[in-house]
Amino acid sequence: MSASAGARRWRAQLEEAVLPAVVALLIAALVGDVLIIVYGQSPGEVYRALLEGTWGNAYGLGQVLYKTTTLTFTGLSVAIGLRAGLFNIGAESQLAAGGFAAGVLGTLLPPGLPALLVLPLFIVAAAIGGGAVGGAAGVLKSKWGAHEVITTIMLNFIVLALLNYLTVAHFKVFDTLHTADVRSGALPRLSALIPPFHGSAANMVLFLALAVVAVAWWYLFRSRAGYELRAVGLQPGAAEYGGVNVPGVWWRAMLISGAVAGIGGLNFVLGYKHYYEDGFSTGAGFLGIAVALVGRNNPVGVVLAALLFGTLSQGGLAVNALVPKQMVDVLQAVVIIAVVTSVPEVRRVLRSARRRGGPEA
Amino acid sequence: MRKLLILVGVLLAAHVVLLFVHPAGAASPAIDPHAVNVGIVFDVGGRGDKSFNDAAYVGGERAEKELGVHVRFIEPGDGSDREAALRIFAAEGMKLVIGVGFIFTDDLVQLAKEYPNTDFAGVDFSVATDSAGNPIPPPPNLAALKFREEEGSFLVGALAAMVGHSKKVGFVGGMNSPLIQKFQAGYTAGVHYVCPDCQVIAQYAGVTPDAFRNPGKGKELALSQYQDGVNVIFHASGSTGLGVFEAARQTNKLAIGVDADQYSEAPGHVLTSMVKGVDAAVFDAIKRVKDGTFKGGIYSYGLAQNGVRYVYDEHNKALIPDSVQARLQQLRADIIAGKIKVPTTP
Repeated sequence: MSASAGARRWRAQLEEAVLPAVVALLIAALVGDVLIIVYGQSPGEVYRALLEGTWGNAYGLGQVLYKTTTLTFTGLSVAIGLRAGLFNIGAESQLAAGGFAAGVLGTLLPPGLPALLVLPLFIVAAAIGGGAVGGAAGVLKSKWGAHEVITTIMLNFIVLALLNYLTVAHFKVFDTLHTADVRSGALPRLSALIPPFHGSAANMVLFLALAVVAVAWWYLFRSRAGYELRAVGLQPGAAEYGGVNVPGVWWRAMLISGAVAGIGGLNFVLGYKHYYEDGFSTGAGFLGIAVALVGRNNPVGVVLAALLFGTLSQGGLAVNALVPKQMVDVLQAVVIIAVVTSVPEVRRVLRSARRRGGPEA
Repeated sequence: MRKLLILVGVLLAAHVVLLFVHPAGAASPAIDPHAVNVGIVFDVGGRGDKSFNDAAYVGGERAEKELGVHVRFIEPGDGSDREAALRIFAAEGMKLVIGVGFIFTDDLVQLAKEYPNTDFAGVDFSVATDSAGNPIPPPPNLAALKFREEEGSFLVGALAAMVGHSKKVGFVGGMNSPLIQKFQAGYTAGVHYVCPDCQVIAQYAGVTPDAFRNPGKGKELALSQYQDGVNVIFHASGSTGLGVFEAARQTNKLAIGVDADQYSEAPGHVLTSMVKGVDAAVFDAIKRVKDGTFKGGIYSYGLAQNGVRYVYDEHNKALIPDSVQARLQQLRADIIAGKIKVPTTP
């Protein structure tokens, strides 16, 4: 009896996890079909080109993994904020600040140090870069109650302009928009392990991303601090009544959120180009919001959602010869809208069906 | 539950049906191996900038019409997309792959080494120099398309001095950088060539890329120069120049446009424009590939190649006397013949 009840609950959980996503993706695919036909192309051809250019060959897959890595960091960053009830719109500038800090550190280190030895230094530098921006918004909220949506948006403008100025006026190599190469700490590409990935930007930071996901999951769901963070996110008044220092949780959550986004900068700086380039991360921070929403603020869901948006982003290049780039941008937006509307709707239907079906749930 | 499964089934069926819709005129993604295929990757920002990327697009379109080649375009998103887009074209077997903007420099060098049988070209490619200051030549299958902006600037400088009726002429630059200083150097040399005791008032809008999109600052600088007795201002400052035109209209004086023919920005107040022929350079590179005469190296487009020129047409004829036009043509011929050496630094 209890075994079958457990199986039923497990099945119900699976249905709740999978069905809404399936419905949302199908709706998005249908809207995409119509748009492509209106533009005068064949949906079959466009989707085929999209899949061939992404999962169809090792190079495309490597590019997807590279984009997935950055999106995992920014998606996780936004998800951690949302778990605390905070909407961090600032992953864009936190990511850039983390990358900049790592890039500058790389030009200061003596050359020839082993990458694994200095990697912790780079992680700390990138986390400080991103965490400072996120933490600033957190302190503004905790101390003076400034809304984090406003402050993180404004910090995007301030920080991106500041980084642009610092790069152009002080750190750039002549006639370029990037800093000098890092002298130590450059990480190998994935193609060093798996040769068919040759040419793609995927690199060892992918594994760092998975490690950060695991730590974030443990922090959110197994640690006391994470429990407090989620309690504040669900019901700040009740958490405070239960003895939680709510403003303290707020600024810590923003600090961690910013630090996670900042570490994402290593993907470009240490893994791909080995220098910081002004504007390297354009759009990845904002796409992180979509990744967090579609991944339902769950670290594992974030990875899957990042994989989806990484595929669409790389696929956009592959189909650019058939349809304009804006078509894929629209498709990404449709995915987001379809997910946020269909998830609660499908779950409501599932639950009411079960209630009618029997005592379960 | 059953309703949901039916919904999924219906959506899936509709999607599968639509997959097979094939509208008339839909392009086939497969490239024709017998044609000359060209791939152009735009700078981030892409088409619609009314300058660089659009000019490259025009060049590509013209090549399609006049040379019968196939041209495809990609607009990249983030920083890793530049290399990815070049790679997609190279892997597809394009004959020529073009990157638009100096930011493609690193990516083009790497790809040109990896694909020695594909030709590459970079607009405004930034040629690296060795420790002794000598230019390092690009790989043999990579053409660096550079422009001698100073030559065109020389001619508009001479024009400004000849029709300005003032001992003072103005210059408004965008971001203070070696590229824009090339415009200033040529312009100043042109002014002094026809009017040795004239004074050039040169000002920049700033030291960051934002100085290229600050019309307010452009207007402020231009108004103060006009009040100072300047009658003609040459701007090399992106959309900051829109403020210069505004000031020219307000004070009923003259301004000189840059990159494209900017007559329509302030009809009657645009003396001429110093046009940079990105479209011609792109067309030229494609034509060489089609003719089988493509070679890597540094290509420098100046007055001789019509890579830079000044506008003289029915719109601004009235502002430029025939004698002045004749003198400009003489100066142009002298520069092409090498009789006049135009400096690149002020």
